[in-house]
Amino acid sequence: MNLVKEEEARKIDRYIENAKKVNQHVINARVTAAFAGATALTVGLLIFIIVYILSRGFHMVTPAFLLETPRQMGRAGGIYPAIVGTILVTGIAVVIAAPVGVATAIYLTEYTRESWLPRIVRFGTENLAGIPSIIFGLFGFLFFVIYLDLGWSILSGALTLSAMILPTIVRTSEEAIKAVPNAYREISYALGSTRWQTVTGVILPTALPGIVTGVVLAIGRSIGETAAVIFTAGASLRLPESLLDPVRTLPVHFYILAREGISMDNAYGTAAVLIVLILIINIAAYSIMNRFVAKSR
Amino acid sequence: MEGDPMRYPMRYREAVIEKTLVIVALSAIAVLGLIILFIFKEGSPIMARIGVIRFIAGAKWAPSRGVFGILPMIWGSIWVTLGALIIGVPLGLACAIFLAEMAPARASAILKPAVELLAGIPSVVYGFIGLVVLVPFIRRWFGGPGFSVLAAAIVLGIMILPTIISISFDAFKAVPVAYRDGMLALGATRWQAIRMVILPAARPGIVAAVILGMGRAVGETMAVIMVAGNATKIPSSILAPVRTLTSNIALEMGYAAGEHREALFATGIVLFVVIALLNLTARLFATGGRVAR
Repeated sequence: MNLVKEEEARKIDRYIENAKKVNQHVINARVTAAFAGATALTVGLLIFIIVYILSRGFHMVTPAFLLETPRQMGRAGGIYPAIVGTILVTGIAVVIAAPVGVATAIYLTEYTRESWLPRIVRFGTENLAGIPSIIFGLFGFLFFVIYLDLGWSILSGALTLSAMILPTIVRTSEEAIKAVPNAYREISYALGSTRWQTVTGVILPTALPGIVTGVVLAIGRSIGETAAVIFTAGASLRLPESLLDPVRTLPVHFYILAREGISMDNAYGTAAVLIVLILIINIAAYSIMNRFVAKSR
Repeated sequence: MEGDPMRYPMRYREAVIEKTLVIVALSAIAVLGLIILFIFKEGSPIMARIGVIRFIAGAKWAPSRGVFGILPMIWGSIWVTLGALIIGVPLGLACAIFLAEMAPARASAILKPAVELLAGIPSVVYGFIGLVVLVPFIRRWFGGPGFSVLAAAIVLGIMILPTIISISFDAFKAVPVAYRDGMLALGATRWQAIRMVILPAARPGIVAAVILGMGRAVGETMAVIMVAGNATKIPSSILAPVRTLTSNIALEMGYAAGEHREALFATGIVLFVVIALLNLTARLFATGGRVAR
């Protein structure tokens, strides 16, 4: 009996001894420092990538570089057709995906409770969001390029991209619409508005900044996309004359220049243009969102 | 809004709008269905001809001789993805914990969008930086060709950071404030509160973050092509070149025809199934957490 007690007392002593050795506040400070370091490393990587590309490529970006057609496969000349191609492919993709995505979000938030139909819609958008871009590329190639016979074209690329960015637009629009205070809806219905009147008159105007943020982020994603575009929009360096002409977007041009070692200078220049575009788009999206959040408070 | 209710039957108009919305909302599932239909239709004949097992477990990929086995690419994807997780998960979680629980609110408000900007950088840019910075670095200090499992894992590890950080950040923020406050009131340090209460409570969200990051790593294509070396051999070390499922498709799609092209679509099927399983698991974990809460 005594022996057991002694054993236990020794155990407690040892525990207290250990507890004295490890000062929780010291551990806390060390862990905090380590995690702050991890965050600094992550942000540092971002800054490194941006600075690395801009410091080597920014001097290439002259008006001539932006407005001339490439010569000798991109070894010389500018990137004008790639800029036009990127704007057209991205623009059309967003014009297709934005209305569909916003309509889907309206349906999911304002028109249904949980039942099998919205569950199917959710299943579709969630799974679409996880599919890698190369699979979208394969699909776009089979469906738009070959089956619908659109060929390698601006239209094929844009349709493929629109399918890829659809889930992003649905999700962000849904969140924006859900953030509209319920009182707004109740007042609108109390005034005798129909559902659609409430949607167009109250909900969409209030949620618009959030929706725009989502669309702008989707634009950013489309501009940088390579794998889904290279097999659907093609890699032509000529200036397109119609939506059924093939084009080469900026990231595809950059990829080909860098991977085939055609011209490192022009690759850096193209990357600089791409990075600047992405930065502008993300900062725009962020500031729209910020103003939105500030206003809704 | 405009429209006099006396002038035309509003109820009819509302019904038409609702039906239209339903049809439009079904487009996402329609696209998903078309993707599955077309890729399986194009890729399954060759899988049936060769045999699913021989296609997946075949160690030789020699399209010119009609030999299609994707085992090296499956191993390639596994190695590269595991490597990416080993790098990306601890770093990402550390960032998410710091931003959600430790940093002052004002610092968080600046740092979080900066971290999210990592997601906006195009994958070709990541690949390019890997190509001009990382590959020569590995060649010089670790030996081998530089184009390697290691290079691909590091690039992917960085690319999955935004996914892991934002999803686990949300998971931490979803833990009721009372849990943390209760711990702190008991005299726990912040790290004790995180370790003992917040991490366990946020676990389903963290698991979902890791799995979705994994999905992103498995599915990434262009960045991997540029740094991995793309040899169709099962890598013998982390310094050996490697080819993933995604790069296999993207590298050869440009010139493949006939049986070869079908085999690439069959590779796409395997990739699709892997991703679908990962997404399903992530969703199970995420909803499991919501139910438990």
